[in-house]
Amino acid sequence: MEQILLKNVEGAKLADINNYTAVGGYESAKKAITSMTIAQIIDEVKKSGLRGRGGAGFPAGMKWDFVPKDFKGPRYLCCNADEGEPGTFKDREILEKNPHLLIEGMIIASYAIGAELSFIYIRGEFVKAANTLESALDQARKQGFLGERIFGTDKKIDIVVHRGAGAYICGEETALIESIEGERGNPRVRPPFPAVVGVFSKPTVVNNVETLAAVPSIIKNSGQWYAAIGVPPKNTGSKLYAVSGHVNKPGVYELPMGTTLKDLIYNYAGGIKGNKKLKGVIPGGSSTPVLLPEEIGVSMDFDSLAKAGSMLGSAAVIVMDEDVCTVEESLRLSEFYAHESCGQCTPCREGTVWMTKILDRIEQGKGEQGDIELLERVSANIMGNTLCPLGDAAAMMMLGFLKKFKDEFALHIKSGRCPIHKK
Amino acid sequence: MIQFSQSAKDKVEALKRTYPTKDACLLPVLHIAQKEFGYISPEVMEYVAGVIGVSPARVYGVATFYTMYNKKPVGKYHVQVCTNISCHLEGSAKIVDTLKSVLGIEEGQTTKDNMFTLATVECLGACGFGPVVQINDDYYEQCTEQKVKEIIEGLRKK
Ligand SMILES: Cc1cc2nc3c(=O)[nH]c(=O)nc-3n(C[C@H](O)[C@H](O)[C@H](O)COP(=O)(O)O)c2cc1C
Ligand code: SF4
Ligand code: FES
Repeated sequence: MEQILLKNVEGAKLADINNYTAVGGYESAKKAITSMTIAQIIDEVKKSGLRGRGGAGFPAGMKWDFVPKDFKGPRYLCCNADEGEPGTFKDREILEKNPHLLIEGMIIASYAIGAELSFIYIRGEFVKAANTLESALDQARKQGFLGERIFGTDKKIDIVVHRGAGAYICGEETALIESIEGERGNPRVRPPFPAVVGVFSKPTVVNNVETLAAVPSIIKNSGQWYAAIGVPPKNTGSKLYAVSGHVNKPGVYELPMGTTLKDLIYNYAGGIKGNKKLKGVIPGGSSTPVLLPEEIGVSMDFDSLAKAGSMLGSAAVIVMDEDVCTVEESLRLSEFYAHESCGQCTPCREGTVWMTKILDRIEQGKGEQGDIELLERVSANIMGNTLCPLGDAAAMMMLGFLKKFKDEFALHIKSGRCPIHKK
Repeated sequence: MIQFSQSAKDKVEALKRTYPTKDACLLPVLHIAQKEFGYISPEVMEYVAGVIGVSPARVYGVATFYTMYNKKPVGKYHVQVCTNISCHLEGSAKIVDTLKSVLGIEEGQTTKDNMFTLATVECLGACGFGPVVQINDDYYEQCTEQKVKEIIEGLRKK
């Protein structure tokens, strides 16, 4: 497969607009703005089968189509560049090395939903990427690709970089909207959905960086072309897989959707460091249930991972070798969720703290009989009982570890010590 | 009375023209304030409230929600070590220990000369290159005990 998102990024300095236009950059935006109707664009994106790369896998074309056509007044596009899910470092690759591809995708999406002003919500720690984006936006304005009368038409589209300030929850789309409005990042009750009442109470589309960066190739080559890549009809296109943990070659790999987890770990990422054995792998970011070595034949796409009892999520593959203590790693994640819970829902706020306390005592060798069942109960009480999916994410993580590594948890409790760290 | 520099004032005016509501300027103006004054004290919150035209309580609520706004003074170098899962797998615990002993402080503390503040943080979005340490605006990736010692030495000499 020819790369779509990371093509030419090494060496070609695509953050410079001259290099980007030299390889055909902004031709798709020009084509969309000057020769296509909104309906045609949305139709192409629907045909491509492109599903959201932020975690939930919602079809992008359908999301754009939800924006009420007859709404009088502004609508907004928000690009989600919060990249907060532990294990995930894929969007930074586009932001720093191919910012114009994202901007071009955003111009097309803005036009398709009728937005004149769009936001890139970027996590506050990504200072370098934010600066790269600002200068790329300036270059695009100078060329007449952004601002008033873009591409010589009467259309107006501009983009603002909005920096977050350290809060994982702001990656959740309604918290992100609150955060752009200058509020605390507390998720909103749905309905109404953002497509109807979003940022500044106007119709809003929130899309991930990688989702938007795929759009120019679809406009250039057609939806049908994109839909032929990967596992058609429902899991199409290329995918950025971010591999971290105990592998020889961690990094971001752009491959066809549906590459197997085994191929990713042992072929692309060069296998387990020090020739150790694989113990477990989290396939799609911290919230997705862990898989065992015998399960890595799974195709890395939305539907196959769901069938395998996990999720593609943000496609952040976290690899753990045989020396890892799964109680300790789930404790790290539980602490993370407890720290990041916005506190609005009791099951999430209290449940994640409880979970952390129990895991901590198990890891300290002070686990009690019934602690495993207690962890299961706490998780089940969070599941489905909260405003946003952060609570579910914590519960899914926990239930995944308990299901796959129950013996190790039980051994901690039975022997009164961590069998891995204190042999 | 504290005051923004002229260039900061210009930036705030530009923000007010950019965003559809004045409230939306709050996060970017707090970032500017942190650059100008080092941290977000109650006095800074009050000043920012006046600049934007919202209540101080509103600014307090927002400033305290987001971890990147320092509510207490920090050293010249804010050393933040990621201890989330991928970095933990790569040995971030050792990096934290090394920094504690090199700097002679615990997590959350600042050195007596006000040069360094040490903190542990959640995932920084660079998980393939762990352990990751962020110092002010810069990321230091694939850190080893030796490498962080050298980084601190380098900053001390600066
Ligand atoms: C707690 C939480 C954190 C999230 N963090 C991110 C994030 O960092 N980046 C992202 O693109 N989506 C994130 N999402 C998903 C967004 O809510 C939303 O589904 C996504 O941005 C939609 O874009 P897409 O359809 O293009 O995937 C998060 C969701 C939750 C519940
Ligand atoms: S589930 Fe957790 S993070 Fe989400 S709204 Fe409720 S308390 Fe906040
Ligand atoms: S886990 Fe450390 S940067 Fe993501």
